[in-house]
Amino acid sequence: MNIQIIANLAYVVAAILFIYGLKMLGSPATARNGNLLSAVGMLIAVISGLLAKGIITYEWIIVGVVIGTIIGAVSARMVAMTAMPEMVALFNGSGGGGSLLVGWSTLYHGPLTTFNAVAVLLAILIGGVTLTGSYIAYAKLSETMGSAAIVFKGQRIFNSILLAALIGSGVMLCLDPDPQSIWLYALLGLSLLLGVMAVIPIGGADMPVVISLLNSYSGLAACAAGFAISNNILIVAGALVGASGIILTNIMCKAMNRSLANVLFSGFGAVKQGKTIEGEVKPINVEDAYYILEAAQNVCFVPGYGMAVAQAQHVVKELGKILEANGAEVSYAIHPVAGRMPGHMNVLLAEADVPYEQLLEMDEINPRIENVDVAIVIGANDVVNPSAREDPDSPIYGMPIINVDKARTVFVLKRSMASGFSGVDNPLFFNENTRMLFGDAKESISGIIAEFS
Amino acid sequence: MEAVFLTFILVLSIFLGFELISKVPATLHTPLMSGSNAISGITLAGAFLTAGESSNLDFSTILGTTAVALATINVVGGYLVTDRMLAMFKSKRG
Repeated sequence: MNIQIIANLAYVVAAILFIYGLKMLGSPATARNGNLLSAVGMLIAVISGLLAKGIITYEWIIVGVVIGTIIGAVSARMVAMTAMPEMVALFNGSGGGGSLLVGWSTLYHGPLTTFNAVAVLLAILIGGVTLTGSYIAYAKLSETMGSAAIVFKGQRIFNSILLAALIGSGVMLCLDPDPQSIWLYALLGLSLLLGVMAVIPIGGADMPVVISLLNSYSGLAACAAGFAISNNILIVAGALVGASGIILTNIMCKAMNRSLANVLFSGFGAVKQGKTIEGEVKPINVEDAYYILEAAQNVCFVPGYGMAVAQAQHVVKELGKILEANGAEVSYAIHPVAGRMPGHMNVLLAEADVPYEQLLEMDEINPRIENVDVAIVIGANDVVNPSAREDPDSPIYGMPIINVDKARTVFVLKRSMASGFSGVDNPLFFNENTRMLFGDAKESISGIIAEFS
Repeated sequence: MEAVFLTFILVLSIFLGFELISKVPATLHTPLMSGSNAISGITLAGAFLTAGESSNLDFSTILGTTAVALATINVVGGYLVTDRMLAMFKSKRG
């Protein structure tokens, strides 16, 4: 038995560990061990990768691994939980970039079959799009660049030409897979440009879709790199990631009642307005909010991106605890696209020590929302907008929402009367049973907590 | 024949992936995403091939070494950050 066969058998073990690890990620009780299992699988795969024939020296490998480990470990440790979406985007981009480079350098390894050449092409294309797409997503999420959709005249024509040029240079490269080929450099440049062009027209609130899609791409890029170098474990692992990313993307799109094409190709800002709403909002102060909450038996928090911005998760949890001690039933209702990445709110509330049993999905809370005495909306807007249910002219019509307007009383914590990301007015604010608590969410909640003590 | 064999593996893995992930509750979407993201750093195993083929620092080795560094960031950072998040998910009973 030679060392190659052992290495390949080790890949089988690694694949089994990945699969089991992902399976265990399906339940909060086993998730942490699942991640550990998957990491062990990765360690085994990486060690067998080191045994591959053709590797004659380890010095540069060590240099790369040391640099990567330091950067990865330090950033994973330092990042604040509220900055998690952009961190995930950055890691994602690194993976995509890695696959791009693996594809590229394969061209230097002697003559390629057409099949391998096509795989190299795909690795460069998908890897390149993942790399720059993720960096743009990072810039938007961290607000180093405006998070609004960037749309310009002739964007579609420009993108069509870009795509045609990409296909053209791709075909030329496959016909003559030579590392000195001018088509290679054209392909590299165009792929990187495509990643930029694909993400700039997508606005902040659509980010959960983009992040999951880029996650899927990073897997597919690894998969393509696997085809380029004929490596099984890259194909298996890449396909698992690709599939998981596509499922998440699909869940996010469904939660917004939009097709993937609609999210990707139409900047949301350009849509026509729904009905404008007339009426008066009823503001409330901290003291009155306290009296209502003090008497409430059933309180439900509905967080949105605004809670992350205000860093209010800890005071929210504190208020939740006080209400529980006061005899109320407390829950947290989380819309699938609340925040900037799938599950964003869950992570923040978990950070604040909210047990996961109290985190309810939209489908769990809606049937019992009538029993909720007070629903507290914190920095969420579109995901609780009743227009989505009632107004066929509204741009968000058909999107499933958390029906807080059916709760007995609704508190909306908000900085000002500005409309949500989609630019749609929210009739919830004008409802008979809605009270607006204006100001910074963290300060408002701290104020209520102070009233309780 | 190799192409067919590899495609076969691809198709089965995709189906397996769909089966595995479709049952994950919304609470765990972020850790799932960053955890699977870490797996995509598997491209590291491929990067070793080009980084380790010669001790001269030619262009191909530079590409390979950069690929190793990028993929390692993905693997190490991805797993650590996922673990950090999952450590925070606590049950009422726990």
